[in-house]
Amino acid sequence: MTKKLLLGAEAIGQGAIDGGMSGVYAYPGTPSTEITEYVQENTVAKERNIHREWSANEKTAMEAGLGMSYAGKRAMVCMKHVGLNVAADAFVNSAITGVNGGLIVTVADDPSMHSSQNEQDSRFYGKFSMLPILEPSNQQEAYEMARTGFELSEKLGVPVLLRITTRLAHSRAGVETVEPMPENTGSLPKDPRQFVLLPAIARKRYAGLLEKQDSFRESAEKASFNQYFDGEDKSLGIICCGITYNYLKENYPEECPYPHVKLSQYPLPEDMLKKLEEQVDEILVLEEGYPLVEEMLSGFFCRGRRILGRLDGTLPRMGELNPDHVANALGIKVKKGEKAPEVIANRPPALCKGCSHHDTYKALNLVMEPFGDGHVFSDIGCYTLGALPPYSSINSCVDMGASITMAKGAADAGLFPSVAVIGDSTFTHSGMTGLLDAVNEKTPITVLICDNESVSMTGGQDSAALGKIESICLGLGVDPDHLHTIEAHPKNHDKLVELLDREVNYEGVSVIVPRRECIQKAARRIRAEKMKSEQNA
Amino acid sequence: MKCDIVLAGVGGQGILSIAAVLGMAAVENDLYLKQAETHGMSQRGGAVQSYLRLSDNPIYSDLIPAGEADIILSVEPMESLRYLPFLSKKGYVVTNTTPFVNIPNYPELDKVLGEVKKQPHHIAIDADKVAKEVGNSRASNMVMLGAASPFIDIPFELIEDGIRKIFTRKGEAIVNLNLEALRAGRKFAEANR
Repeated sequence: MTKKLLLGAEAIGQGAIDGGMSGVYAYPGTPSTEITEYVQENTVAKERNIHREWSANEKTAMEAGLGMSYAGKRAMVCMKHVGLNVAADAFVNSAITGVNGGLIVTVADDPSMHSSQNEQDSRFYGKFSMLPILEPSNQQEAYEMARTGFELSEKLGVPVLLRITTRLAHSRAGVETVEPMPENTGSLPKDPRQFVLLPAIARKRYAGLLEKQDSFRESAEKASFNQYFDGEDKSLGIICCGITYNYLKENYPEECPYPHVKLSQYPLPEDMLKKLEEQVDEILVLEEGYPLVEEMLSGFFCRGRRILGRLDGTLPRMGELNPDHVANALGIKVKKGEKAPEVIANRPPALCKGCSHHDTYKALNLVMEPFGDGHVFSDIGCYTLGALPPYSSINSCVDMGASITMAKGAADAGLFPSVAVIGDSTFTHSGMTGLLDAVNEKTPITVLICDNESVSMTGGQDSAALGKIESICLGLGVDPDHLHTIEAHPKNHDKLVELLDREVNYEGVSVIVPRRECIQKAARRIRAEKMKSEQNA
Repeated sequence: MKCDIVLAGVGGQGILSIAAVLGMAAVENDLYLKQAETHGMSQRGGAVQSYLRLSDNPIYSDLIPAGEADIILSVEPMESLRYLPFLSKKGYVVTNTTPFVNIPNYPELDKVLGEVKKQPHHIAIDADKVAKEVGNSRASNMVMLGAASPFIDIPFELIEDGIRKIFTRKGEAIVNLNLEALRAGRKFAEANR
């Protein structure tokens, strides 16, 4: 047994390797990125040649993970919460197909929206798909769940959802690890029709999934991750989901006076919760994200036991919890530091100095000025920062790929010009199909694919689009006369302005690719090259 | 022993190198440690913080409760003030005085430093200058760690060992520069506490 200092995300990567994983499939997204990065750098993963390349998007990742499971091996699929929307088709149906090799779908939610456009709670997807959910309370448990989750998945015959949140993903602690298990050798599913979801087969398999629900509950009832703790004071019972258990313990490091349940495996262990309910006057539910458990326990008319939590105002309705929220809910006096002085200015994120997006937005703003505001649709990536001063260039940021399709819809409604600004990796993630729609209808839109040859907002991962953008556009049918590549650089300012001006006024599909390597990635590359040449010298 | 530290700075300033050295020292000292970091969007020049908790007892929350931090260790003066609600009445503000100006409305530096000096326990050090004097302007974060070290209940030798382990990959010259930066910061804090 060795002890390593790991982020929660890294602990999951290590756990998956030690649990006999044969492949990780993922698209980068904060706060999930470090799971896959950890596997990519891990020595055992390299020796075993565990699959660890990035996928084009979360849906392709989910399907590839399911394919590896079909072939009898253990796979993990990782994404951020909104990535599960992209992968949802495959994810929900994987509950019906079930698994052959163990399959863990790890989803990192981002309550408080530190780096996201919403704070959706992935446990709802788990419940909706009727799958077991694991929700670790700390880094050690994250490791254990990833390590043993494949076995659980194989035993129950379905994928397992492993749900974490930002705070656990990005917090480091000592984790005790054990020797890695061997990988599965691989085998085809015993039932050759297991994965054939024709209606007649799907109905049978869905009935099977419904039948399995009792075994899922029983597993949660017996799971060591779920624990019942007695307490002297029966005026209140507490249910702590995932990391909220730590916030309770922070307030009662010695002993909590109230009976409480530490909940880390779903579906809800009914017997355990009934035992609590029988003992106490009121129940406080602590959960990170949406009030899923609270809603289930409250019931529609709230006639039963009084349930306290995010819905009745005992805890804030939105945002991540912290020890002080929990202290307030328990009537414990919270210490107060000094107020932050008024002299402090906000410091929002901004495009890096020297970033190529500066050059693109400078030119675009000039060209769009005569048309007034409201013509530019954008997407998810560093260039989204073009929404903030000094540029204030863009009018939308909704989901991966939505720039091109929203520009198309707006153009259909008569908006002219209609411009989309999307990044290279976002384009191959979800932009290509929308461009095909526009090409097929000759919709008058101008698409800027800002190619910095990297997935930059998440830390400079390799982009699936590298070296392929022009050929993809041509393949989709973009007119070569209206497909232009230009180096995004201050020296090319006039040229870019002229090009944009011409294409924005063209009444058909045009694509412009302003290209220059991400400045951060370039700096890292140059540093690494320098270090290498020094070592060789 | 318990020491809760809010590390503060601006995305890109590398506050995590401080956390890495302290983390190494804590592990060697058989202490429990939890360290919550900021990744993602704010890393692009936004305000970033890391909550570093050290204790000889198990640590539960990854976040530091309000009013309980023992130290705010900031590599940028305005950022040191942002987290005052976390600082305990007995806690120390240890901050670099060199501003990182990447916003148009950065307040007047005198006002910022005035607020720092209002703190009953503070160390305000021009870490960039001290680092340059030592011979490596990039070692200012280790100057800051040195300036905070008198208030962290870990033997100083272990923090030095932490630097040796973290920087060993970069060669002995870099290790020594960072050690000197650390010692210079500590010397300043001891003379000015």
